[in-house]
Amino acid sequence: MTEKLKVEHLTKIFGRRIQKAQELLNEGKSKAEILNAVGATVGVNNASFTVNDGEIFVIMGLSGSGKSTIIRMINRLIEPTSGKISIDGDDLTKLDKKELLNVRRKKMSMVFQNFALFPNRTIVENTAYGLEIQGVDKDTRIKKAHDALELVGLHGYDNQYPTQLSGGMQQRVGLARALANDSQILLMDEAFSALDPLNRKDMQDELLDLQENLHKTIVFISHDLNEALRIGDRIMIMKDGEVVQIGTPEEILTQPADEYVERFIEDVDRTKVLTAANVMIRPNTVNIDKDGPRIAMRRMLENEISSVYVVNNKREFIGIVDASHVMDLIRQKVTKLDSVVQKDVPTTKPDTPITTIMEKISETSIPFAVVDDQKHLLGIIIRGAVLGAISGNEVNADA
Amino acid sequence: MPNIPQIPVADWVNHFVNWLEGFTGFFNAITNFIGGIINGFQWIFDLIPIWLFIVLVIGGTYWLNRKTKHWTLIGFELIGLLYVWNQGYWRDMTQTLTLVLTSSLIALVIGVPLGIWMAKSKTVEVIVKPILDFMQTMPAFVYLIPAVAFFGIGMVPGVIASVIFAMPPTIRMTNLGIRQVPADLIEAADSYGSTSWQKLIKVQLPLAKSTLMAGVNQSMMLSLSMVVIASMIGAMGLGNKVYFAVGRNDAGSGFAAGLAIVILAIILDRITQAINRSKTPKA
Repeated sequence: MTEKLKVEHLTKIFGRRIQKAQELLNEGKSKAEILNAVGATVGVNNASFTVNDGEIFVIMGLSGSGKSTIIRMINRLIEPTSGKISIDGDDLTKLDKKELLNVRRKKMSMVFQNFALFPNRTIVENTAYGLEIQGVDKDTRIKKAHDALELVGLHGYDNQYPTQLSGGMQQRVGLARALANDSQILLMDEAFSALDPLNRKDMQDELLDLQENLHKTIVFISHDLNEALRIGDRIMIMKDGEVVQIGTPEEILTQPADEYVERFIEDVDRTKVLTAANVMIRPNTVNIDKDGPRIAMRRMLENEISSVYVVNNKREFIGIVDASHVMDLIRQKVTKLDSVVQKDVPTTKPDTPITTIMEKISETSIPFAVVDDQKHLLGIIIRGAVLGAISGNEVNADA
Repeated sequence: MPNIPQIPVADWVNHFVNWLEGFTGFFNAITNFIGGIINGFQWIFDLIPIWLFIVLVIGGTYWLNRKTKHWTLIGFELIGLLYVWNQGYWRDMTQTLTLVLTSSLIALVIGVPLGIWMAKSKTVEVIVKPILDFMQTMPAFVYLIPAVAFFGIGMVPGVIASVIFAMPPTIRMTNLGIRQVPADLIEAADSYGSTSWQKLIKVQLPLAKSTLMAGVNQSMMLSLSMVVIASMIGAMGLGNKVYFAVGRNDAGSGFAAGLAIVILAIILDRITQAINRSKTPKA
């Protein structure tokens, strides 16, 4: 993957005495201290991140966390105080007025929270706006705009006015306006936040569908973690103008960087994002080709468990043996485990979402075995671990 | 206050006016230019037969309000204009109309760009706002004196005084209208790479238009209120008739001419409002 957008040490300070505020910031003073000392507000403090080509990068945080400021610095609707923003290696902060216009016209398009459609223009004229100001002739731009509208699923509304459309449809127009420009980068500022939950979900699906074909580089601002987890390839969490954590949705959920992120992810519906691999624990195993009943017994005693998983030399999963059967074998002086292995153990793949196996897990007493395509035993899922993961606690192997 | 010397404001202004009188060529040029506009309007109005004029006004009103069918307004216009004709004030009415249209036109041409400039620059706004307050609150009679000094007597100084008095609403409302364009629309225009000019023409002015037109409407009404005052320095028209009636203590003809002004005012007001409505996209 190639880097498309690179942001380095980006800082924005609002208000007066910016120079002084910058110095204080460099000394490591906090946002509140700087506000008290010089009356300047730190919007974004030293943010660095890269967005890869074709990636949906979600910047997430509560209001006042600086996420909207960051996205506006990317197209310089807000001028950065310091730092560097580059697209394909070209530094945006060095551009003069004309070059900046060109970048805005060709390289990125923005979608707004409250749609920001021009009420005096029809839907198709709104969609064609970006092309119109580039001086594209009327027939071409209307055709392109029409195609973009079809792409987002708006048929037959070309000559209506924005106020005649519902919120969801208006935002489709907003999206179409951005797509009509054919720029590689989409900046989406809380694009779906103003929509009702059902519409929001539809639009998220729509965006993911579009993305499969278009492979845009998308910077998406959101305050909704569920949304971020749903659409983001990677997520950046911000607090008080600072970057707290950058990672894939799974990393955010499984390895929260600090207490703040932990609190954030507390009320996420984890079952939707957690997979079998996230909640499985290492099983105790015996090798059927090598180990006999005595080894199996020993392993169970060592770990204070009543059954043990059985694999072969290639670590392929065979089944499970329990203590009482093994005891019988020892009494009968049999040296092989084969005769007592139970093979009807439920199995699942590592990437299966927890939701789909949840019910079965609660029904069966034997833990699920997680096996990959080569039948290798990767881990087991015990009920306690599932509940623990869903409630957000550490997965405890002893559970 | 016997001990404190009086500040010679009057002297200063007189000196300034005297100094300005040195620029005769400049003022003559303005006089000729405005005189040209006035003569143009007057020529057109004199050319159109009265019955055709009435038909045009009523037809225009019908067309502008074609969706709502304002029959009461059309009836009022018909009766009102016939009244003016009947009273023998037709030519006076067209002269007043010329004065109003000319000063509104000038107010529009100067006021709109100034309003835009104010909206774009905080500094300009800070400077222009008190000047507008001054222009609107200074008694209109005061403008008559230098207007006569620079432009002689007749229609032109009347127009100039009307413009000074009537222009502020156009400037203010243009400024207001542009500043009221929602911030996210400005952001949208900027984010797609609009130049300032494109942003102004394609987004700000169209969205400011109904506010701007309300300002133009106000300017027109204010300049109409200046017609009687302007008649004191020789501007012709209905105001002149009222002014004469005052001089002769003739309440009857004063009222008759005053009523004609009211009729003209209402017609102008409704028509400009209808123009504003018909061009604004409906939700």
